[in-house]
Order: sequence, then C-alpha cells, then structure tokens
Amino acid sequence: MSPRTILVSVVALAALVIGCGGEDGTDATTATTTATTPTQETVPTTITLLTHDSFLLSETTLASFTEQTGITVELLAGGDAGAMLNQAILTRDNPIADVLFGVDNTFLTRALGEDLFVPYESPALDRVDDGLELDPDHRVTPVDYGDVCVNYDKAALAAAGVEPPETLDDLVDPRYRGMLVVEDPATSSPGLAFLLGTVSAYGDGNGGWRTFWEELSANDVLVTAGWEEAYNGAFSGASDTGDRPLVVSYASSPPAEVFFAETPPEEAPTGSMTAGCFRQIEFAGILRGTDHEAEAGQLIDFMLSDTFQEDIPLNMFVFPVVDGVALPEVFVEHAAPVDEPLTLPPDEIDANRERWIQEWTDLLR
Amino acid sequence: MKLRPTPVALATVPIAFVGYFFVYPMVTVLLNALTGEAAGGGNPMLTALERPSLVGILWFTTWQAVASTALTLALGLPAAYVFARYQFPGRRTLLAATVVPFVLPTVVTGTAFLALLGPGGPLGVDLRRSVPAILLAHVFANYAVVVRTVATAWEQLDRRVEEAAQTLGANRLRTLIGVTLPLLAPAIASAASIVFLFTFTSFGIILILGGIGLATLEVEIWRQATALLDLGVAAALAVIQLVGVTIALVLYGRTQRRRAVQLVAAPADQRHRPRGRAWLLVGGNLAVAAALIGLPVGMLVVRSVQGSGGWGLTNYAGLATRATDSGLFVAPIEAIANSLRFALVATLIAVMVGMVAAVVVASRSPVARGLDTLVMLPLGTSAVTLGFGFLIALDAPIDLRTSPWLIPIAHALVAVPFVVRSALPVLRRIQQRLRDAAATLGASPRRVFLEVDGPLVGRAVAVGAGFAFAVSLGEFGATSFIARPDAPTLPIAIYRLISRPGEVLFGRAMALAVILMVLTTVAAMAIERLRPGGGGEF
Repeated sequence: MSPRTILVSVVALAALVIGCGGEDGTDATTATTTATTPTQETVPTTITLLTHDSFLLSETTLASFTEQTGITVELLAGGDAGAMLNQAILTRDNPIADVLFGVDNTFLTRALGEDLFVPYESPALDRVDDGLELDPDHRVTPVDYGDVCVNYDKAALAAAGVEPPETLDDLVDPRYRGMLVVEDPATSSPGLAFLLGTVSAYGDGNGGWRTFWEELSANDVLVTAGWEEAYNGAFSGASDTGDRPLVVSYASSPPAEVFFAETPPEEAPTGSMTAGCFRQIEFAGILRGTDHEAEAGQLIDFMLSDTFQEDIPLNMFVFPVVDGVALPEVFVEHAAPVDEPLTLPPDEIDANRERWIQEWTDLLR
Repeated sequence: MKLRPTPVALATVPIAFVGYFFVYPMVTVLLNALTGEAAGGGNPMLTALERPSLVGILWFTTWQAVASTALTLALGLPAAYVFARYQFPGRRTLLAATVVPFVLPTVVTGTAFLALLGPGGPLGVDLRRSVPAILLAHVFANYAVVVRTVATAWEQLDRRVEEAAQTLGANRLRTLIGVTLPLLAPAIASAASIVFLFTFTSFGIILILGGIGLATLEVEIWRQATALLDLGVAAALAVIQLVGVTIALVLYGRTQRRRAVQLVAAPADQRHRPRGRAWLLVGGNLAVAAALIGLPVGMLVVRSVQGSGGWGLTNYAGLATRATDSGLFVAPIEAIANSLRFALVATLIAVMVGMVAAVVVASRSPVARGLDTLVMLPLGTSAVTLGFGFLIALDAPIDLRTSPWLIPIAHALVAVPFVVRSALPVLRRIQQRLRDAAATLGASPRRVFLEVDGPLVGRAVAVGAGFAFAVSLGEFGATSFIARPDAPTLPIAIYRLISRPGEVLFGRAMALAVILMVLTTVAAMAIERLRPGGGGEF
C-alpha cells in the first residue's frame, strides 16, 4: 500500500467511525438508562451523577429509575474518591453534576467544610441505622458501607500449621511473622483505613498505635503502594506469585473470591478477620448550584430503595445501609459479619490525617 | 513560492491549540491554587518550599531520571546500531515490538515487573520495592524511544564518512568517538530529552515498584491533590516541576542548534547481513531486547491464558459479555472500539496541529524555537494538574468539561510532540535546490508542492500519525479523569478490572492488556512500512 492510499483510508475510516459515534458521549451513556419510555406524566429531565471509578451497578438498575420517574441519569467518573472530591470542589461555582456519590467518612469533614451540598432529608432514611448518619444536617446521605479487614489464605495458613489471626494483637505475634502485607496509607484508601483502625484501637496518645506498628514492622510486615499490588501481587490467596497469606482488604473480598471464580468453590478460599476492621461509609449528596434539586432528591431516594440497595453488594462489594435489604446468597454464606467495627470521628480524621501518615511513613520507612 | 502563508501566520494554529487546551487551563489552575491557602493555612508556595521532604523529592526525581536516561541510552544505543546497520530475519517485527512497553498502562507494567522481580520469578532474586526495579522498568518503557530515534539517524549516516576516517588511519573506537557519535549527537539528545521528560514525571512505576516514602514530584503532586486534598501545595509542586521540565527543554534546544551541520542523505539501504564476529554483536543486543521486553510481555501473555481450570482462552471469551460479573458498565470488549475511536480523532487533531507546528519549527522563523518548546511542554506536565485545569478553565464559551471530545484533545496534546519530531527531519531535508530545479524545469509552484514536497511530507505525516495513534491508545492519567464509566478506554478498562478482587477479573485484565499490545504492534508495524528512507526522529 502506498502512503497515500493508507492516509486516504485512515481519513475515510475516521470519518466513518466519528460519524457513527457522533453522538457517542450521550449515546452510550443514555443507552442503559433511556431504553424505556417514562410511564408517568413527567417532563423528561437528565441529571448527572459524579462518582468515583469504583462505582458500578447492574444494567437494569438506573433504567428502572428512569422508568419510574422519567429522569435519565448520566454518569461521570472523576478518578478515585479523592480526585472526584477535588473535581467537585474545583467546579463548585459551576458544578459539572447534580448529585455526587462516593464521599466517605475519611473525607467527609473536608467535603462539608467546602459547603458542596444542599441539605436533603430523604424519607427513606428512617430505614437506615442512625449510627451511619454522620451529618445531622442531612447534607449527605449514607448509601453503603464496607469494612477494611485483614484477609487470610486458608490453605496457606493450614499448611503453615497456624490458626487464622483473630485480633489486631495477633498480627504482631511471631507466629505470623513475615505473613502480612498492608497498603501504604499515603497512597491507598484501604491502607489509610487500616491505619485509622489502629489509631482507633490503640489511641493516639504516647506510644499507642505507633507501638503497634513498630511491633508489626519488627514482625516483618510488607508494604505496597496500592491494593492491587498487595492483593493480586503479594497475597497468596489470590495468585500463584504471592507469598504472603495475610493481606489488608475488605470483609467482602472472600465472597468476591467465590463469585469471581471460574468454577465457584463450595467454601471461600480466603477468610476475613471480624475484629480490627475499620468501617468506611459512603455518602451521596445534592451538589449546591444544581438546576434540578427536586430530581436530584428523587435520585437520593432511589439510592435508598430496595432496587438500588440490593444491587450494591454484587457490583461494588460493599454492604447496603438500609435495614432488611436481602443480601445475595454468596454474601450470606461467605461474608463474616463485622459486629464491632472500629471508627473515628470524621473531624478527628481530617485534623490528623497528614500527621498520622507522616508519622507512619517515618516509622515504616 | 510566496503562495504559502508565512511561518508566523501558520504558527497561530498550534499556538491557539496548545494555548487554549494547555497554557490557559494550567495557568488558571495554578493561579487559582497558588493564590489560595494551603490546607494547613499559609501561602502554598512557601509551604511547599518549606517542606523538609522537598529537597529529598527533588533530588530523587532528578537523579533517578538522569540514571534512567543514561541506562536507557547504554542499552539502547548498541541496539540502535544493530537495527540500523544489519539485516536479519524478524528485524521489522522486533523493531515494531519495542513500542509495546511504551503504551502499556503502568499498572500492567508494574504487575509484570512485580511478578518477574519477586522471589517466585524466573530471575530468582527479590528486587521488588527497590530503586533498581524502578530503573529497569523505566528502561523497559523507554527503550523504543532511544532505539528508534537513534537507529533512524544512524541509517541516514553515510557509511562512507566512517570509512573515510578509517582510511585516514583512525581505528574503530576513534571513528566512533570522533566521527559517528558527534554526528549522531542531535538524535541522541532528542531521544534523551524525551526519556528524561518521561522519567522525570514518572508516576505509576514509582508508586508500584518503589518503596515506602519514595516519591517523584509527580507522585507528591498526586498525593497532595488526591490523598491530602491540598491543591495549593500540589499546584506549587507542579510549578516547580514545570520549571525543571523547561530547563531540560532549553538544554535540549541548545543541542539542536548543531543540526545545522546536516549531512546529505545517505544511500537508501546500507544494511547487510552480519558475518563472523558481528553475529555476536547482533545476537547480544537481541538477547538484551528479548530479556528486557520479552520477559515482562511474555509474563502477561502467560497470565492471560491462565485460569484456575488450567490453560485456555476463557479470559478472552469473557471479554464479550456485560454480565453482572464483568466488573464494568459495558462488555470489556467495547473498550477496544472506544479506544480506537478516540485514537483516530486524537491522531487527526495531532497530525493537523503537529504538521503545521513542524513546518514552522523547520523554518528559520523567529518563533520556531519557542514553538518547539511550547508543544513539548505537555509531555512533561503532571496529568493530575492539567486534568484539574480543564475543569476550572473550560466551562465557557462552550462547556467542554464533561464533553467526550476532551479525551482525544488531551491525547492530542501529548501526541503533538511526536508528530513534530517525526516530521521535522524530513521537512528539513527537503532541499530548496530540489524545488528550484523543478521550477527551472518549468514546473508550476503547485506542481512543485505536489511532486516534490507532497510525497516526502505525506510519508512523514503517516509516521507521526502512527505515533499519535499509539500514544492515544496508551494514555491513562488524563483519561482517568474525564472518561465516562460507560465509555472506558482500554487502559481504563484494564485498570478497573485489575482493581477488584476475583481471579476471573484479573485474567480478563491480562487478556485486555494482550489485546492492547497486539493493537500497538500492528500500528507500529504499519508505521514501519511507511517509514521513508530517512524517517523521523523516532
């Protein structure tokens, strides 16, 4: 082929592809949500939901919202939770979305301090545990929660002849020497959650959590930058290359291992400690400056509906906040419930986050 | 020949593009953040400068970039010689395959290197979380830049010049140091500048392969912005980074002035089959390339056909469905179409802007040098900062902040330097004498352009287009800020699959990575076919 022929065909192909995908931005987005026509007499509206890149739902979920209300939801992913929150802060004067989903208790104080949200008290909140509602002014609404816990590889521990650890204190026991991999709190959200859990458990006073981490360091803990490297790379329960049977992950990781197995096993290959878990609660809020406040409120209500809440576990692998929502079979069988999660007040997290991370880095470096 | 617009008039096109989509957002976000307060109160720039860790970060950022560049040159230069001077089976395919690491998302590169350098890996040593691992991964990712840039220049070098030196009594080493390397200096500097920019702003590789607390400026900008939500300090660090990048570009610009001593074009093909001891040289370099690129890539291919049920293609088959368990809003395979679509648009934009810029830079116009530096800057800029800049600057007159067009535009910003670098040597080599000769023989100005400039420029366009295409296929940082969940690109889809538990999703991520590598190789091989005798600086 001569260069000219190739150029001509590239341009022609480009024209074709662009032509086909001309309305692509809206087209692909609305494909999932406008498949059905509104059944009620409502003015068709489109609202935008800004969220982080872990957000996921079944195809039918947002479509059913459109069906009920006539409101189409467009999705924007703003990177990880921190990047997304920054997007909302930077565009505060001219918001790019109507609703934000995915700010958690570690960033809550900052988000509220930036005055990003208008208050909205959803009637569906009466089915939500009060302990999860961290903002008395209802500027944000809890939607899901997850627990960051130490997971273990059952087979590897059995081969080593040790029982799974049950408490944070167990992790510094020489029996588990060289077994644990954690994420760097400076670069990883579960890593930060685990550090906050230890602050909650051992306190910030003299020694406190620092003593625990010094002992953990002496017990040959391994630190990776992100969850991916810890779980997929270093943890023996998830790959052949990993050689560490203990990892900081989520209480929902064992059911995920069953659900995402080529041939689902009878029993989960991994387990999760039920003590020493830090609870992350994710919130949604209506962004100040929206032209569609009423519709945004309807979306918040929908997030607390059974349809949405039941769809959460198998997509985002976290737990619904609404009481009595049926959990999928795989969660019932393979997720160990965390009855006494560790928490810290959002204000305390916001005031100390950078210092704690710095002190941790100095200890573990 | 006065029919064509003046360079200054032409320069408005790239200046408008880079100005609106790069300078304006960057200036807006930097001013916005720097005039505010740091999260802990106080002036952000002073806060950043007073941080005790800053000196360490600056030092590490610089020395690892210098070391990575030197190491890449050390391994890449002999290979460039081999590719330029010898003909051997599989030469073209190998040269094309060197580009693969260049477009792999760092999370994938990181996965491959963690597996390779771990205690269970084939090397049998544990280099995880060490500086050598970072340097190796940087060489892996940038090898192609040196090999291709320098090989092209070496091909252009007339053997007879070296032979003349030897006839005059210089031994081979003396010829290399005294004749060959000085003639290649501009090409080496060009490659080194790109490698330096890439590694100076390295992000994912440092995070994944480095140890605790190890950070480049880019990592620290990202950490301040997204983990600590301190945009002020992030912006201050971004300014410091831009200063470093600008210094590097100015130094690079100085080496380019020597280009004035361009040689006449060499005979078309000076390659021959290796004989005797030359086989050692060729074999040695191919072994290095095979180990450096083959091992990590092979690792990914093996992982992509691995499952708990043994070997097979189930990971690939799983890409076609958007079942509840796909881990994405769409079937992963749709990411291929998205990536191709964005890459085509990005390529068109980059070629249009880049070719005009190249024509200006090739001219003796006073704006040439400045424009060259301007179009290179986006390559050395923090993606996080630029992403935030888009958000606060591009809301009027047309709100582009959430437009899908922003993705190819962001890709084109990074791709334009490659188009310019590909086209520049060809444009510089079109000799005015040739045009004058054609005109003397009675050709009209239009005919001169069509018959003399056209064919040569056409090929240069194709070469640049191929690079733009590959750059767009692999871009991750800016895209992750603006891609929609229901229209992910390949690198985004790979990242989302890899960041969830479950062996099935991991396998599919590896399968998608292999598809990305194949697409890239095909694109690179198409470039190889289009390379004019001289080619570009890549």
